[in-house]
Amino acid sequence: MDAIILLTLTGLGLAALYFLVASGLSLVFGLADVLNFAHGLFLGVGAYATWWAAGNLPGAGPDGLGFVVAVAFGVAAGTLMAVLVELVLIRPLYSRTIEQVLVTVGLSLAGVALLQATWGADARPFPRPAWTREVTSIFGAQVPNGGLLLIVAATLVLGAILAFLRWTRYGLIIRAGVENREMVTALGIDVRKAFTLVFAIGGAAAALAGALGSVYFGTVSPQQGGSLLIFAFIVVVIGGMGSVVGSAYAAVAVGLLQQFVNYYGTSGLGDICVVALLAVVLLLRPQGIAGKAVTA
Amino acid sequence: MTEVKSPEVPAPPAAVPDELTEEPGRWGRIRPFLPLAALAVAVILPYSTLHLPGIFEGALNSPGTLQLLAVCLVFGGLAAGYDLLFGRTGMLSFGHALYFAAGVYGTDILITRAGLPLWQAAPLAIVGGTILAGLLGAVALRTIGIAFAMVTLAFAQVGAILVARDFGGLTGGEEGLPLDVAGLPDGLVGVANTVNLYWLALAYLVVVVFVVHRVSGSPTGRVLAGLRDDERRIGVLGLDPYRFKLVAFTLAGGLASAGGVVYCLIVGGASPHITSSELTLSLLVMVVLGGPGTRWGPVLGGILYMYLDHRLVSFGTSDAVNALPAFLSRPLSQPLFVLGTVFILAVYFFPGGLASLAPRLALLRDSLRPGSRRQG
Repeated sequence: MDAIILLTLTGLGLAALYFLVASGLSLVFGLADVLNFAHGLFLGVGAYATWWAAGNLPGAGPDGLGFVVAVAFGVAAGTLMAVLVELVLIRPLYSRTIEQVLVTVGLSLAGVALLQATWGADARPFPRPAWTREVTSIFGAQVPNGGLLLIVAATLVLGAILAFLRWTRYGLIIRAGVENREMVTALGIDVRKAFTLVFAIGGAAAALAGALGSVYFGTVSPQQGGSLLIFAFIVVVIGGMGSVVGSAYAAVAVGLLQQFVNYYGTSGLGDICVVALLAVVLLLRPQGIAGKAVTA
Repeated sequence: MTEVKSPEVPAPPAAVPDELTEEPGRWGRIRPFLPLAALAVAVILPYSTLHLPGIFEGALNSPGTLQLLAVCLVFGGLAAGYDLLFGRTGMLSFGHALYFAAGVYGTDILITRAGLPLWQAAPLAIVGGTILAGLLGAVALRTIGIAFAMVTLAFAQVGAILVARDFGGLTGGEEGLPLDVAGLPDGLVGVANTVNLYWLALAYLVVVVFVVHRVSGSPTGRVLAGLRDDERRIGVLGLDPYRFKLVAFTLAGGLASAGGVVYCLIVGGASPHITSSELTLSLLVMVVLGGPGTRWGPVLGGILYMYLDHRLVSFGTSDAVNALPAFLSRPLSQPLFVLGTVFILAVYFFPGGLASLAPRLALLRDSLRPGSRRQG
């Protein structure tokens, strides 16, 4: 019983990480048709900016309020990066999907290499508050606090994104744009502003995933984003491109499946089961769980 | 049953009238023989003891240089095979590394673990890789566009996990699997015989270029080009897009596995990084840098990319770069940073890649030469 609770909660922690990366990817893909390979870079930027801020930024530190400031700095850096990428690199190639993919591929190669050049290829210990290293006892299971932090953060982000999509004017534009972009443009709304906004949201969520994921793993390395990105892609496809709620369901399914199979089966088998799940979903329901519609 | 036969109408002359053909200049007459000349130079290159300081570290026929050239040639062939998918059929596959890795690990495991001789292991690995491409392609091609890219990426990821986690103790996990040379013919073993590996790589490149050229010139190739331009129209014409795409996917997979066999022999083993999605991404970069859908662009792109990838490391640690301030010298020491940046710039400013440079330069030259083309 302990093991099941522990696996469920750590699986949910993993799911939270996937969701934070996948929600932005899904919105960006649903609205702007951009398959963003540079999303892992936003994650890396968020993680490294937090790490840098905790050591160097006045007022920030590895503990208490200072840590909140450090994470906020990391998220701001990730958001800024995402907005710059959209404005400078993606926007000139508007509606040329293949070229956009190519540019984000080049950016992910160059960006990760740049992180590596600046801070070295090896993983670095991540400054984290002391309480995240400890465990909480829940029904007899010793659950690491870092995982719980991820779950709480992802739930808050999910709520915030849904509220934003549901109750604000820009949320309405984004939902309409995912449904039918041409129609929104025809109504005289500049949908490109919504693109920038969606990139900003995705960048912020990915940077948060980078910061909190590094707290969870205890280290930060340039390749972190890339390995998470592939599973985030799988989550996006299973959940249905453009659907935040679909991404959330898919993230939970993928995270739990991966944890349980990896524990009860051979290590690595869980990852393969996830791909098998992807194949099954694509063959039975190619548009994913939630199809191409933002439900709020 | 009577058949109404229309009277034989003589076909219009295929030749262009003399007054419309442009007088081929000296350059135009030499041009068709350039690839043959390049091939001849490549074949006799190992007999040269020329030193090219700055370009290669040792003499041209030193084993180190020959191995680097052999790797470059293999990747030239791989890029040409990948272009069959990306440039000529318009399929964006992110899983090409899987079939290459199938060739590398297939050969390695069959020779090292199963103890087969090379002449049995190599065909088995190629056939296995081709069948794998056919099976996975049959599933993946049920999706199109970006979803297809994702599915191929996911399949390749399974391959990477299988290799890295070392199920059944076959692949050697993270450390890779050195090739057992006992199963190889003597001519392919040892530093002194690197030249044979070089010729093998050259032969692979020639075979791939020949196959891709023949396929794209055939009726099938024209259907593939049609799929790239407008898939629905091919369907309306009564042809099955799925079947043609599967043929292209399987063929490209088979060519990649053959490249894997050669690569395994050149580097003498297998290491898990060749299964990663980065290898597929670098193939994509090679094709786009070279010029997708052209005959020589991907080959040149592949050779140049691998050469730069190897040589930029020593360039990055050279004195000239180290003398620069840190914010410049550190990024320049990362080959992928330089290549990624060049790639982004190429997507914006040279959409046709290297292959489009010659016509662009010709255009520039013509516009600079006064009175050359003014009569029109």
